[in-house]
Amino acid sequence: MKSIYENEMKLEFISKSNNEAFARISVAAFAAQLDPTVEEISDIKTSVSEAVTNSIIHGYEDTEGIVKIICKIIGNSIIIEISDTGKGIENIEEAKKPLYTSKPNLERSGMGFTIMESFMDEMKIESILGIGTKVTMKKLIKKEEITDEDISKVLSQIGQKESNEN
Amino acid sequence: MNVNYEQKNKLLLLEITEEIDHHTSEKIRRRADNEITRYMPRKVIFDFSNVTFMDSAGIGVVLGRYKMIKMLGGTLELKNVSLNLKKIFEMSGITKICPTTIKQAI
Repeated sequence: MKSIYENEMKLEFISKSNNEAFARISVAAFAAQLDPTVEEISDIKTSVSEAVTNSIIHGYEDTEGIVKIICKIIGNSIIIEISDTGKGIENIEEAKKPLYTSKPNLERSGMGFTIMESFMDEMKIESILGIGTKVTMKKLIKKEEITDEDISKVLSQIGQKESNEN
Repeated sequence: MNVNYEQKNKLLLLEITEEIDHHTSEKIRRRADNEITRYMPRKVIFDFSNVTFMDSAGIGVVLGRYKMIKMLGGTLELKNVSLNLKKIFEMSGITKICPTTIKQAI
């Protein structure tokens, strides 16, 4: 496989709920090469967990199916696609609304898409009834830039220390 | 989950010791409900100091217990919530109805 991306990985697993932890930990481990902060890793793990849970309980409604994850690295960004071949979403706009859930009896909060949207930089949902759903998310891992000001600050501190010692 | 009940203050402390997602939430919910109906506490505190991960399933767990405890005439507090968890609780409005304290950085 020749990838146009700097790095790429694919993951497929059965829609069992104990794979939710496996999925988010695997994606977090792959994302680690971008040197993200603890908060950025946490945002990615939570978003992956939401999308995978949606596939398991809404897409497949607890029947057995395959959840597929593709991760791509491009520059400082990670793109994560999570897809299923489940029942699909009838009304995407409604599903995206905060607190909306089609399964209130399961104590679902209806915050899944809201969390993905706010924790990631971009989120897109594609769905066809009876065919499946694909959620694509992108997160830019911010690099801390070292400015000239930082360097001169450090240099002056070293200079002070040396003059104190003499 | 570690459970501690203070008879004197009718205080039930539930310390969650695992990651909270859709998979684990059913077990956490059942255990919490059992302890609450067993002790009928006046106050319940969820301690999150050992929770390293939580997604929106945690919102369902807390809101469901909140409704139950309120119906029984008690109150619910959230303790040692990390900043990552706080972000999720804030989005759902839980921090407005349950007193929440933040975990101090080590």
